[in-house]
Amino acid sequence: MKFLFDSDTWQEIYGSIRKNKIRTAITIIGVLWGIFLLVVLLGSARGLENSFNKLFGNFATNSVFVWTQSTDKPFKGFQEGRRFTLTLNDIELLTSEYANEIRLLAPRNQTNNLIIKDFKSGSFNVSGDYPIVDQIQKKQLLYGRFLNENDILSNAKVAVISEDMYKQLFDLDEFPIGQLVKINSINYKVIGVYKPSTSVDFDGDTAYIPFTTFKKVYNTANRVDWMMITAYEGVDIEQMEKDVLLTLKGLHKVHPEDERAFGSVNLGKEIGKVTGFLTGMQFLTWFVGIATLIAGVFAIGNILLITVKERTQEIGIRRALGATPKSIRQQIILESVFLTTIAGMIGIISGASILALIDTFLGAGDDAVLINPTVDIPIIIIAFTTLIVLGTLIGLIPAHMATIVRPIEALREE
Amino acid sequence: MIKIEKLHKSYPIGKDSLHVLKGIDLHIKEGEFVSIMGSSGSGKSTLLNIVGLLDIHDEGNYFLNGQLIKDMNEKKAATLRNKFLGFIFQSFNLISYKTALENVALPLYYKGMNRKQRLEIALEYLDKVGLKDWANHLPNELSGGQKQRVAIARALVTKPKVVLADEPTGALDSTTTDSVMDLLKDINNEGMTVFVITHEEEVAEQTKRIVRLKDGVIISDEYTNAAKSN
Repeated sequence: MKFLFDSDTWQEIYGSIRKNKIRTAITIIGVLWGIFLLVVLLGSARGLENSFNKLFGNFATNSVFVWTQSTDKPFKGFQEGRRFTLTLNDIELLTSEYANEIRLLAPRNQTNNLIIKDFKSGSFNVSGDYPIVDQIQKKQLLYGRFLNENDILSNAKVAVISEDMYKQLFDLDEFPIGQLVKINSINYKVIGVYKPSTSVDFDGDTAYIPFTTFKKVYNTANRVDWMMITAYEGVDIEQMEKDVLLTLKGLHKVHPEDERAFGSVNLGKEIGKVTGFLTGMQFLTWFVGIATLIAGVFAIGNILLITVKERTQEIGIRRALGATPKSIRQQIILESVFLTTIAGMIGIISGASILALIDTFLGAGDDAVLINPTVDIPIIIIAFTTLIVLGTLIGLIPAHMATIVRPIEALREE
Repeated sequence: MIKIEKLHKSYPIGKDSLHVLKGIDLHIKEGEFVSIMGSSGSGKSTLLNIVGLLDIHDEGNYFLNGQLIKDMNEKKAATLRNKFLGFIFQSFNLISYKTALENVALPLYYKGMNRKQRLEIALEYLDKVGLKDWANHLPNELSGGQKQRVAIARALVTKPKVVLADEPTGALDSTTTDSVMDLLKDINNEGMTVFVITHEEEVAEQTKRIVRLKDGVIISDEYTNAAKSN
């Protein structure tokens, strides 16, 4: 190892690198390009992944939505085409039967109403909800708070409105909390204003009021329009969807093979498709990046091999003057390692700079394509080490070639 | 210094082999100035390469400085070359991207000497061959005679026991030939063994002993007038 810190060793390497400027440049570009591509590709893939995550970010991804439609099979004396509704009994039953699987179960009723504030008005969705809706899809509140358990118990006439409603119904800079809005001739106190989600959203502009209040005001009795079910981590969401639907079919006297009676959307399944695509893309990225890197290293080996051929005579002279095979080998390997290291570092730096540029131009704002495109430091270190190891191994080939010939044969090359 | 007994060497050429040296016996004592003469193909270069440990012989014994050269690995050979032998080639064999000074200093680098000391000694030897002012020139800025003198300085810088010269004047005109030969004579006068290969009678006559080779055997071995006059 002593030779590594010997200024003469480096003098020799500097001499031979300086002599072969074009070769040095080509070699460096080969490896630089490889690691540059690896960094940029991995970073971009990460950025894309981040933006997908953001898209589903505020949603509990293992959720199923269930609603009723009309039957498509006659069953137990009922005609096909029968319409029916979910009930609060279903909710209770599901909650107790699937206590181990279901984390959150949110029944909801929805309607469309004119909302009036003083002389302004607009037509919006009104949704009767439990506070757990906030856990299924997190609401970003601008003012005030979301519904709570107290509102449910006391049938409070309170509403959480969207930012758009606030802008439409209120004056500029008017503080909304505590104000009254009129929905279906009943006054509700505004307790919160939320910002609509920029990502996947099933509600749109909705005024949230307590489920119990909705039930009383709209006289929905036991009826439930639809429900959202969120499973615990690790529960097979597809299996749970099937089980829940089967249970519901039994409760409502629907043929077990009825395909139309219940509508459902499995969020986990939909997201699975996207993450599958992401995984595939990541694999591709790695594959392309590593392949390019290896190609670069082989380019170095190739060029070194050519130059060793070119330098056979020089090596012959050196050996005649007393250079041991070891010292020749050390010089060639060190040259190769030195070049790969320099090229690798430039590649990493330029790759990171491109990622920084991408972040500046594509990574900001709500509709960002690539968010925070980064590469993990350990990955960089592994790639870099691999590069240097490959550089050493590939440097061994020409080094070996240079030392197996007898010095006289090397000298004879003209 | 150099003792060779029944040396054989052949090169494979396709399926056949070319028998180049057919039983050479030669004894060169320390301080001798020997030239080997012969037409091309007589085996004189092969002999020098074997003596210089650049090639290996097939049969027979070779003693260098009393040490039997046998089954030599490349590392040992390199050390021996560095320690005992200095080479002068017909085509100079200077490293093109190194200055005259660096070229001369190179054997000392392989000896493990530090840079400052190395360059100091190298400059001393360049001065000896009259090229001190050219120390920082690259080989392609030097004339043929100058290049050969740099090569001689390089051969001498490690203070070898034997200087081996393979047609040292082959690429030079008569004036520079004389200056190179004068240098070799000086070296020999200092006590170094000099071993020259040549096909020029005038060059050979300036040495003290001429060994003539033909078809791989020694046909004559005699001392010259130069030796007798000393």
